[in-house]
Amino acid sequence: MRSFWRTLDQGVLRAIILVCLADAIAGASFGALTVSGGLPAWVPVAMSLLIFAGGAQFAAAGVVLAGGSPAAAVLAGLVLNARILPFGFTVGDAVGGSWWARLLGAHLIVDETVAFTQRYDEPRRRRAAFLISGLALFLCWNAAVALGALAGAAMPDPGRFGLDATYPTVLLALVLPSLGDRRIRGAAVIGAAIAVAVAPFVPAGLPVLFALVGLAVVIRPTDSKAPSGRAGLSHVPEES
Amino acid sequence: MPLLAILALAAGTYAFRLAGPALRRRIQIPDRLKHLLSVLTAVLLTALVATAALTEGHGFAGWARPAGVLVGGALALRRAPFPVVVVAAAVTTALLRLVGVS
Repeated sequence: MRSFWRTLDQGVLRAIILVCLADAIAGASFGALTVSGGLPAWVPVAMSLLIFAGGAQFAAAGVVLAGGSPAAAVLAGLVLNARILPFGFTVGDAVGGSWWARLLGAHLIVDETVAFTQRYDEPRRRRAAFLISGLALFLCWNAAVALGALAGAAMPDPGRFGLDATYPTVLLALVLPSLGDRRIRGAAVIGAAIAVAVAPFVPAGLPVLFALVGLAVVIRPTDSKAPSGRAGLSHVPEES
Repeated sequence: MPLLAILALAAGTYAFRLAGPALRRRIQIPDRLKHLLSVLTAVLLTALVATAALTEGHGFAGWARPAGVLVGGALALRRAPFPVVVVAAAVTTALLRLVGVS
């Protein structure tokens, strides 16, 4: 096990800790905001254990808290999590060899673990990066959500502490690197403008789906080859 | 959030996750689909940032929250450590509310 740790250098281990810390803050906010919003404490805890995808959790819970239907919440979460599909093909080699390792390891595929795994080429290191970052994130995220849920019950207004600003900020940090591409940025800005414009009129959860109209900006029939965006992969510090 | 909805979202998410590790030896996803999904992600996440920062229910969320998000975003662009980015956003929003900006 010790040699397993040593396959990763200090810098990466430090970066993993930093990302865990930031996710813990967002996780605690998630627990506190959902519980103070009126959901029972087991809801954020169960969501974090079973769904384990911050963006989708916030999106789905947000829909329900805003009075939307559970079906809209599930749809919003699933559309957001479709991005994980190609991730699985990218880091599939590092997830595990045996079928049970793959079954368990697959649950740890998130933006952050993919970013850490992709730093390495050598199979043993890829596996170590994936497992160490994945287990660390899973523990931090779930512990933080549970603590946040407990605190949220005692906290009448988490807004006083600005906790409601943490979730959009985490998402923004996640998406910023992929907005470097001009056409992706164009599509994203148009999509966001549409989503905000329709928000007063359509049921909760749906505005984000309206944003997909922005995709029309980048999809052209002649366009078969384009630089691959790395959405959600690069908020992890490059080198530290 | 009913348990059934949580389970449905969890099951769908797990299916997205397992597809790669389970099928990567047999099928490959075309680059075009990969690209489309990465653009789709950027568009969705940006829209989510905008709606989460600016709206509350069907109305405006007030200035304090988007101001905090903006400060966090600026720090992220300058490659500040991730925890600093998140804490700065919360502190900005909290301070604005403390001085009466909702």
